[in-house]
Amino acid sequence: MEALEVRNVVKQYAEHTALNGVSLTIPQKSIYGLLGPNGAGKTTLIRIINQIINADAGEILINGELLNQDHISIIGYLPEERGLYKKMKVGEQLVYLGQLRNLSKQEAIERSKAWCNKLEIMEWWGKKVEDLSKGMAQKIQFISTVLNDPKLIILDEPFSGFDPVNANLIKDEILELRENGSTVIFSTHRMESVEELCDNIALINKSEVILEGNKREIKNSFRNHTYVVTHKGKLNGSLSANASLVNERSLHDDLYETVIQTSDQTGPNDLLNELIKHTEVNGFVEKIPSINDIFISKVKGDSNE
Amino acid sequence: MNKVFLIIQREFLSKVKKRSFLLATLLVPLLFPTVIGGLAYFAIKEKESSGPKTLMIVNEADSLNLKSNDSFKITFVDHPLDQAIAAFNESEEFGLVYIPEINIESPQGIILYTKTTPGPAVVSGIENLIEKHVKDLKLVKYQIDQETLSKLNTQIAIDTRISTNEDEQSSSSGIASAIGYITGFLIYLFLFVYGGQVMQGVIEEKNSKIVEVIVSTVKPFHFMLGKVVGVASVGLLQIIIWIAIMGGIYGAAGSYLGLNQAREAQVEQVSESMGSDMDIKESLANNPKIKKAYEQISNIPVVTIVISFVIYFIGGYLLYGALFAAVGSAVDTPADAQQFMMPIMLPIIIGFFGMSMFVFDDPSGSMSFWLSMIPFTSPIVMMGRIGFGVPLWELLLSIGLLIGGFIFTIWLAGRIYRVGILMHGTKVNYKVLAKWFMMKN
Repeated sequence: MEALEVRNVVKQYAEHTALNGVSLTIPQKSIYGLLGPNGAGKTTLIRIINQIINADAGEILINGELLNQDHISIIGYLPEERGLYKKMKVGEQLVYLGQLRNLSKQEAIERSKAWCNKLEIMEWWGKKVEDLSKGMAQKIQFISTVLNDPKLIILDEPFSGFDPVNANLIKDEILELRENGSTVIFSTHRMESVEELCDNIALINKSEVILEGNKREIKNSFRNHTYVVTHKGKLNGSLSANASLVNERSLHDDLYETVIQTSDQTGPNDLLNELIKHTEVNGFVEKIPSINDIFISKVKGDSNE
Repeated sequence: MNKVFLIIQREFLSKVKKRSFLLATLLVPLLFPTVIGGLAYFAIKEKESSGPKTLMIVNEADSLNLKSNDSFKITFVDHPLDQAIAAFNESEEFGLVYIPEINIESPQGIILYTKTTPGPAVVSGIENLIEKHVKDLKLVKYQIDQETLSKLNTQIAIDTRISTNEDEQSSSSGIASAIGYITGFLIYLFLFVYGGQVMQGVIEEKNSKIVEVIVSTVKPFHFMLGKVVGVASVGLLQIIIWIAIMGGIYGAAGSYLGLNQAREAQVEQVSESMGSDMDIKESLANNPKIKKAYEQISNIPVVTIVISFVIYFIGGYLLYGALFAAVGSAVDTPADAQQFMMPIMLPIIIGFFGMSMFVFDDPSGSMSFWLSMIPFTSPIVMMGRIGFGVPLWELLLSIGLLIGGFIFTIWLAGRIYRVGILMHGTKVNYKVLAKWFMMKN
């Protein structure tokens, strides 16, 4: 049973289609990256999952159940445009937001206090939000998102605006939440965090899913038999027909770095065997495309069609 | 439904806990009388400090012997008029009065020369001064002595009663219109104050982006409803406190004047110990106008008025509060809201002027009737009418229409609100609002 299944969801606004038959499968206990350029439809999809707006067609299942009001208590949502009541005290605010997620007042108080202690901001409990620094406020927003111990956590651009220390802190918390059985959905266009955290990704562009699957598998499928070799002395076109030289540059002294692409049938060992006949190999690594490369090539390729 | 209550509770507590709420609640009932009293005090003080104005008199009527009083100092000029005017222009005196030879039966041709246009109060002051002296001349002429004259002056206070009332209570158009005006004006004021608060709050929530977190847990419509009702409950609390304070003041005034039968004995005991007050008190209590006014206040259907006031406040507020919320949801800044305010403010203002123009003229006329039925104006206009006595069926019909009215505006506002709060940076006009209204969920 999947944590979240999105089936053929369509959302149409007056002038444009925000989502056009979007389907996604998000496995349990995974961290899932929802990628896409601005205006691709990520926020619309997230709003539909959060029941802020309704889809025109298609269905959404959480743990195999059709989306309904009861799911509010198992979802945690940190919107991109996040905010707090500025005039409200930290403690009151957390308790209020917890109660809105169906916690009892007592539970909300206990959990808020536990989280504030954990993130070491208990001394801010009685302070108004307007007196806090931005980083402090972001911690409070994060707490309010995970207060109800959600099984499905949706984070829209979670690291934007965080300083590196807080970003790491939140990263650790996210990983811990997954260990404890939660599923996390990330919506972002910051690729380094995806590379680091996500198990699965989906790429949405122009209202449609153009790529979905396990991050490693996707990266593997985008391998194109390209290797980066560091070696002594120029190669001088001494390669066989199976390998072509993409780029060669001098590092220092007699040391060169060369990018070589081989044909489908040629494995890395074959290339290495051939190379050592001509030169002294100092380094040999397969060039695996980063998510960023894939993202850019897919989105660009899409717009060239 | 639990969550709507939660939202109401937050809204209520966050407003009531503010220091400004406490100040407004306690100060306003004291502030109005203080401001009015203060103005009156300064007006009197100014008059005292400025002293009497000097009037130069060219008097050709020998019989008229004008004397200075508190307001005017009289100096007679013996020159003919044209020379006197020249002298006056060079002097620093306030005015020059020319009194020709007059017939005391119909005095004519009296002229006041001044350097700047005088205020109406000053002119009538001078008129009174001369009238009084003409009157004295007439008394002598008709051989009437002062004593006879003062016996001729009689204070009469007519007691108006409504014949259909079983217990024939005293009614008074003066008191009724005062109460109507005050309660109508308060509703007019509250609609703006609390409506504005709702709009402000919605804009703040939209700008601080908290709204997205909240609407992921409750329906936007419930969120709006909670907000509107939350602010209403704050207003209601404020009004209840004010009514209690007013009631206290009224009760205290009653017992001070010793007009309240039940308390009379008790008051007498107290007032024996404060003999100096007795004279004032007695003169106030024996003045038939004050006595009657107090009786009439006691006879006014206070319970009906208070209940209607609360109903019309809540109804009118819900009707307009929802519209204010919709406007707040559509815009990004209070400045953008201006363009949508006019259609909301206009009916409120029409209601207020309708009350001032039609109701006090003819409380059961057709304009008064219709304005007190249309839900957009009825909260103000019906309060204006209620002191004059309104048939029960009219009251019930008006309240029924008001309930229908606010259900309609809340529904309408909700459809705009649910879309508006999630939209940022859109240029909004009426066409866009209509599109949002039609949009499916």
